[in-house]
Amino acid sequence: MRSVYALAAAALLLLPAFDLASAAEPKQGGILRVYHRDSPGSASIHEGATYSINIPFMPVFNNLVMFKQDVPQNSVDSIVPDLAESWAWSSDSKKLTFKLRKDVKWHDGKPFTSADVKCTFDMLMGKSQQKFRQNPRKSWYDQVADVTVNGDYEASFELKRPQPALISLLASGYTPVYPCHVSPGDMRTKPVGTGPFKFVEFKANESIKLTKNTDYFKKGLPHLDGIEFTIITNRSTAILGFVSNKFDMTFPTEVSIPLLKEVKTQAPNAVCVTEPINVSTNIIINSSAPPFDNLDVRRALALAMDRKAFIQIMFEGQADVGGTMLPAPGGLWSMPKEMLEQIPGYGPDINANREEARKLMQKAGYGPDKRLAVKVATRNIPIYRDPAVILIDQLKGIYIDGELDVVDTAQWFPKVARKDYALGLNLTGNAVDDPDQSFYENYSCGSERNYTNYCNREIEKLFDQQSAETDKDKRKKLVWEIDKKLQEDVARPIIFHGRSATCWHPYVKGVTIMVNSSYNGYRYEDVWMDK
Amino acid sequence: MFAYIVRRLALMLLTLFGISVIIFVLLRVVPGNIVDILFDAAGFVDPTDKANLEKELGLNLPIWQQYLSWIGGLLHGDLGYSYVSEKPALQEILPRIPITARLAALALLFSASIGIPLGVISAVHQGSKLDYTLRIVSLSGLSLPSFWLGLLVLMASVSLFGAMPIYNPNPKTWTEAFAIYAVPAMAVGFRSAALTMRITRSSMLEILRQDYIRTARAKGASESSVNYRHALKNAILPVITVIGIEAAFLIGGLIVTETVFNIPGVARFLVEALRWRDYPIVQNLVMLIAVVVVVANFTVDMLYAAIDPRIRYGD
Repeated sequence: MRSVYALAAAALLLLPAFDLASAAEPKQGGILRVYHRDSPGSASIHEGATYSINIPFMPVFNNLVMFKQDVPQNSVDSIVPDLAESWAWSSDSKKLTFKLRKDVKWHDGKPFTSADVKCTFDMLMGKSQQKFRQNPRKSWYDQVADVTVNGDYEASFELKRPQPALISLLASGYTPVYPCHVSPGDMRTKPVGTGPFKFVEFKANESIKLTKNTDYFKKGLPHLDGIEFTIITNRSTAILGFVSNKFDMTFPTEVSIPLLKEVKTQAPNAVCVTEPINVSTNIIINSSAPPFDNLDVRRALALAMDRKAFIQIMFEGQADVGGTMLPAPGGLWSMPKEMLEQIPGYGPDINANREEARKLMQKAGYGPDKRLAVKVATRNIPIYRDPAVILIDQLKGIYIDGELDVVDTAQWFPKVARKDYALGLNLTGNAVDDPDQSFYENYSCGSERNYTNYCNREIEKLFDQQSAETDKDKRKKLVWEIDKKLQEDVARPIIFHGRSATCWHPYVKGVTIMVNSSYNGYRYEDVWMDK
Repeated sequence: MFAYIVRRLALMLLTLFGISVIIFVLLRVVPGNIVDILFDAAGFVDPTDKANLEKELGLNLPIWQQYLSWIGGLLHGDLGYSYVSEKPALQEILPRIPITARLAALALLFSASIGIPLGVISAVHQGSKLDYTLRIVSLSGLSLPSFWLGLLVLMASVSLFGAMPIYNPNPKTWTEAFAIYAVPAMAVGFRSAALTMRITRSSMLEILRQDYIRTARAKGASESSVNYRHALKNAILPVITVIGIEAAFLIGGLIVTETVFNIPGVARFLVEALRWRDYPIVQNLVMLIAVVVVVANFTVDMLYAAIDPRIRYGD
């Protein structure tokens, strides 16, 4: 009898486990309702430079390879096949060959072949007749000499020199494969992909609708019947919409830390995840004109910053201090803490740092009786404006009187590109947590995005050296050395790396928020709803 | 009267022409166009690609040539293409007009149907507690920005009912359909209702002191007949003027209300188009708003004559 009771008790104990097991089995169907923070300019990922485009349109496409969608940290090890079945580097690391799947069709029914791969990358490299209206990531393929095909199902990237980072760039949400037979113009308005969801409609300022691709080559996927993005530019309205169950999920990484408190109060069951977004807030200094052509003044500026105060005020402590590369544990390439703290301005004794800063300012001819008046230019949006105000306050302690110069978004980039500023506060986003993307774009001599005019030929050589280095550990050490040097040179002082949150209701399953990029995790083929 | 109407119509055309020139020139004087925004935000700029796009959009042409091309198209019913969506501007604007028109009409209706009766009541009971209460309400209506009121309404409806009346193109019930327009209309019309009430009150107070009102009372006319037949009929003229002006001002209130309630109407679309420097959309929308304002003013002028037989234009 006792054994019968024991059996019954065991069965009762096991029941919830069976329930959990059945709950873990993805359910099919349902429309995932998400709000979108603004109306994207177009539907063409290749022509965009904001994840406002990636998030709604990444589910329409596939890449050759992609970062595994349920692994939060993007790395070479988390790259999995997508349109490619497999890939292989040549022995000299100068050729990357992809074997392609044979069972893939575009949403309009046409077969996917290696010609589409060639078309896409020829267009990205500016080699084809058809052109993108804008091509912001052309420089990603600077080391690619050619893309060649071998039959319908093999494509190879021939490189000028080894570049191990290429595979990571190809896995980014910014690198979908486009169809040859659809013009770039049509891709901006009616994108055709091979992905788990088909494009239905994009009503500017209103909504974006996607429906399930029933002919998706990954059998059994996607689980959802569709995804609907409602464009809501007013953040308060959007959050209220989420709280009142009008939406299943917030726009990814769009809930700020102070707003997160509101969400948790009003929707206590919501699942919220706060992660780094790989966007650094930094100071851009025009070193080609006085007063910041003086290295002492630039160094004083770097020493004056109390990074922890920024983080405490803006993020209630939930952000990270680091160099150019995203800090660990989210980031893969950041300097060790002890190395970081050796850099002037990163040491824990803020008063000592500022004392040193004042000495440098006095050496440059400034002091309590002769303060330096400077305008601090920034974009007229809170994530730029708020840290700029804190910066101005902190600079007062080293004889610098800053005046906030807020600039309309339409004018911000032309202004910094013209170098029409002395001191500015900027945000720099990184689509891929890889030094190749960050260093060349922001610090390379002559790069369009090198707003500070920083140019150091020695460092430039190190950029190439690390880029070609196939040994991961050796490359990492080179990257640390470069990052340290960039901070010591006050090339673009990094204040902090921000974090933000994403929330969804508990019935939404299979969402993974990436910890070192906010551009790569939106395929949504594994997402399902338990309701 | 006929000569007056013809004169007014000619003046309307001249006004619209002036507006078309001003908006066209102003848009191009403001620094940055869509090509700047697209390319500079993207960071890496190929000057040739940029020049090609400017050529493709016709932005490389002299301003006068761009103006003639736009106005010529407009006269032929061709509003051009949106730079952002690359769809015909008419196709983008047309579906949004009924949404905003419905919202504006409801807001005006709310404003008149609340403002006029409360104004009369306040005037009739001048100096009473009711009068003071209504005056405080009207003052709050004038002081509360509509976006703040809108947010307050949304927050209240979420915490009280667990739902919010933001726009849904396919409402499931008639109550939802009503709420998605009525609630924002009330939020935007509250200020207008307050203004209407104050004007009605002061106009009524002036009329109620007239000799003919005293005569009507002496002749034994009932209070409601005195207030509504004799007084209101004569006090309504300045109210109509205010409602006419409010119809024009409403578009400003609608911009924020459409944003807060997420209504895909003309007003919010205009702001987005301005943000992107989407000239064809901005130009045509401003012209549309100008036409609405000019026609509203003309209608108000015509209404004067219909309501007050003493007014004769052109005599």
